[in-house]
Amino acid sequence: MNELTIKSGPNSSDRKEVPSVVIRFAGDSGDGIQITGSRFTDTTALVGNDLATFPDFPAEIRAPIGTTFGVSAFQINFGSRRIETHGDVPDVLVALNPAALMVNIARLKTGGTIIVDSGTFTDRNLKKAGYLENPLEDGSLDGFSVLKIDIAKLVLEAVKEFGLSQKEGLRCKNFWVLGLIFWIYGRSRQNTVDWLNKKFASRPEIANANIAALNAGHVFGEVSELGDGIELYSIPAAEMPPGLYRTITGGEALAWGLVAGAELADLRIFFGSYPITPASPVLHSLAKMKQFGVKTFQAEDEIAAICSAIGASYAGALGITSSSGPGIALKGEAIGLAISTELPLIIVNSQRAGPSTGLPTKTEQSDLYQAVYGRNADAPLVVLASRSPADCFDVAIEACRLAAKYMTPVMLLTDGYIGNAAEPWLIPTVADKKPFPVNRDIDPEGFLPFARDPATLARPWAVPGTPGLEHRIGGIEKEVGSGNISYEPANHQEMTDIRRNKILGIAKDIPAQIVESGDETGDLAVVGWGSTYGPISRAVNNKLAEGKNVSHIHIRHIWPFPENLETLLRGFKKVIVPEMNDGQLKTVLRDQFLIDAKPVNKVTGQPFKITEIEDAIDLALES
Amino acid sequence: MNIAVPSEKLKPADFASDQEVRWCPGCGDYAILKAVQRTLPDLDTPKEKYVFVSGIGCSSRFPYYMSTYGFHTIHGRAPAFATGIKITNPDLDVWMVTGDGDGFSIGGNHMLHVLRRNVNIQILLCNNEIYGLTKGQYSPTSEIGLRTPSSPTGSVDRPLKPLVFTLGAGARFAARGYDTQKTLPEILKRAHAHQGTSMVEILQNCIVYNDAVFDNVLARNVAADKQVHVQHGHPLIFGADKNMGIRLNTNTLTLEAVTIGENGVTEDDILVHDEKNRSLATMLAEMDGDELPVAMGVLFCDPAETYENGITQQMDAAQDATTPSIDALLRKGPTWRV
Repeated sequence: MNELTIKSGPNSSDRKEVPSVVIRFAGDSGDGIQITGSRFTDTTALVGNDLATFPDFPAEIRAPIGTTFGVSAFQINFGSRRIETHGDVPDVLVALNPAALMVNIARLKTGGTIIVDSGTFTDRNLKKAGYLENPLEDGSLDGFSVLKIDIAKLVLEAVKEFGLSQKEGLRCKNFWVLGLIFWIYGRSRQNTVDWLNKKFASRPEIANANIAALNAGHVFGEVSELGDGIELYSIPAAEMPPGLYRTITGGEALAWGLVAGAELADLRIFFGSYPITPASPVLHSLAKMKQFGVKTFQAEDEIAAICSAIGASYAGALGITSSSGPGIALKGEAIGLAISTELPLIIVNSQRAGPSTGLPTKTEQSDLYQAVYGRNADAPLVVLASRSPADCFDVAIEACRLAAKYMTPVMLLTDGYIGNAAEPWLIPTVADKKPFPVNRDIDPEGFLPFARDPATLARPWAVPGTPGLEHRIGGIEKEVGSGNISYEPANHQEMTDIRRNKILGIAKDIPAQIVESGDETGDLAVVGWGSTYGPISRAVNNKLAEGKNVSHIHIRHIWPFPENLETLLRGFKKVIVPEMNDGQLKTVLRDQFLIDAKPVNKVTGQPFKITEIEDAIDLALES
Repeated sequence: MNIAVPSEKLKPADFASDQEVRWCPGCGDYAILKAVQRTLPDLDTPKEKYVFVSGIGCSSRFPYYMSTYGFHTIHGRAPAFATGIKITNPDLDVWMVTGDGDGFSIGGNHMLHVLRRNVNIQILLCNNEIYGLTKGQYSPTSEIGLRTPSSPTGSVDRPLKPLVFTLGAGARFAARGYDTQKTLPEILKRAHAHQGTSMVEILQNCIVYNDAVFDNVLARNVAADKQVHVQHGHPLIFGADKNMGIRLNTNTLTLEAVTIGENGVTEDDILVHDEKNRSLATMLAEMDGDELPVAMGVLFCDPAETYENGITQQMDAAQDATTPSIDALLRKGPTWRV
């Protein structure tokens, strides 16, 4: 089947040109929904559409088949215009069982398209999903275009020549669906065929069966009358800055950014981590990068993970650890030690919904307090936040620069949404970036482990193995300069002041805060941080198009804030702060600047919709 | 850099830092510090390569008193710091100093994993069966019934035997000594020579909160009968008259103390110490001075690949295979040009 000549799509004249489409794939967590989504993403990227994705899966690896809590979904927004979010409301819902329909139907756009595997709408499955009547028959889907296909039956027919068991055959269902969707949106199958051949190189019968299913889905589209209201579409390539592109997830971008940053600092990476959702992809990515001198250590727990990273920094590497909120909580004491001993350290926090275990696969931005304030005693560090998958790369480099230059821990905030989502990325060239090598040539003459660079207030990084610099560090308060143990009251005051001033002084070394869109002063500033960038950006631009006086400010450097941030915020009559938490950045802004920042909060485990931000803007402007 | 190259061999005093030692007068830690300072000059390691890592507790102040590199870290976590240091720079000679509370209570998990991973470090466990720095509470090695501020009616906690734990965790080196032991440097040298995690339990007297806790084993009048100093290839003989021995009871698969010349016991019946025998080492580690003497010396030494060597080999293989370029990596896989 590999040799099958793949026909190109239909003439574009047969197709309705649309600027963007949102598709949501949904099925059981064993249906391969995430694979379907990521294959569609890659293919869509290759034709030059801009896109944003939202993998939305349950915490259970395999919930009982057919139940609502086992529903896995993948949403993609793609188009010929600039795409900033994964889309408020899907145009198309693919539901591979009744539970997937039940969970996702409320999101679908009025008049949208539903594609269902009708064979799964049995009495048993309907009951499991909580339906009293069959929604395909009771008229409840009137108003949508519904395409009912007995996909399971068609798949088994398509793959029967490969001698798979029924179970294995049904596993190809997701590729059948993908083939159909490819037909509807005029996509080539070649990239997916290549991917399957590579993925299942050692089991060609599986590759061939999936390819057969993919082709069968496509052919089904070609030969069937798809039904009322279901058209074929084309989405032209987006206008994007010229250059070489790829798709990237936040987890990959972060890992690669750390490696790039370490290279620019002329340091080796040591990454100590303990698996936790949704932080693990960073560990997985870095574990594959030994050729870059990256050492990864899967520790026995979160505490060992950070302690090993601090030990590595002490020994001269750039120590990095990564976790999510509950794991960061466990690392708290060690973060204090790294602050006290003034060693470079990067702590990546892939935030998730909480408190405690919370909703481990759902996204939130609720670790801002933990990052800024969440340690015993006066323990300042640098806090950075990435705003999108590709942005993780740049923020990771910035974290490396600040950690090494200022001999300080840096908390890098990302979240489950950014980490798993993908977007097209104009590939940068690291070789063109300005290096920031660490200077560790230290003369034993007059060496003091807690001497200070007058410009940065950083202490020297005296690495074990260097003759003549033998010294002791630890968590007990250090005498100014010598670093010897000191219980002197005035010394503790002075060291506390130094630690604070060192971090606050970094404000002089970071870019000034810019306004993303809108004027530098005006009626309303919408201030955001992290993964709310997409919806805030689109909402503010929509409101600007309506002639509203509103600006978007998105903060990357959260501690310390850029020097001009206060002045900038004071130039607006009102400030609102949309956050996926109960008002954390709002509190810090009020605390630092005594301004009346108003919260706009959402803690549902789901990202903001553009309309929700638009409503908040309207409300703020009217009140 | 004007580094003075030492023309003479380093002396113990060269390893003493300029910091005032602040243990209680009479603390066993002084003797352990001296033993370490006497040991290091005899090792083939440049001074700047030594790193002493500790957690929290009386013994964990140790690094401050050494003129080497030192890191006084947080409670119980020294194994994790030491692991990060050793993986980062396998050339460093890493020594970890811990106590029974630091190492086996709050740090029990990390201790288990550093031992099983076989990171090439020396662990000096200063076991005084009490919490000193927090003023005298019972520890995980304290005997049942010990009355302390947190157990006024006697501890009901069952004590842990550190070397049994060590062997159970899969460690490849386990030894025991005591603070004032003249031959302690010899044990430390064996630990240092071993490639992998070396656990040395050092019975240490806490003069303030648990004074004389080991007198039933260490006191001059009982020492000969209550200690057996083991040596690879030599019979397990002890006693003031060197006529006591350890025999394996093959019916119960347990060790028993016997007297040579009594009940038909001859020297041939006495077990010969084999430091590569984990089962024997575990039985020796169990001996607590009650029915059987306490075993001193190297109970177990059976080298295996170290953790950091495993990592280094994988790194070398990966770096041999490719010339890494981050820019090439970013461009690998499906890309498109706009």
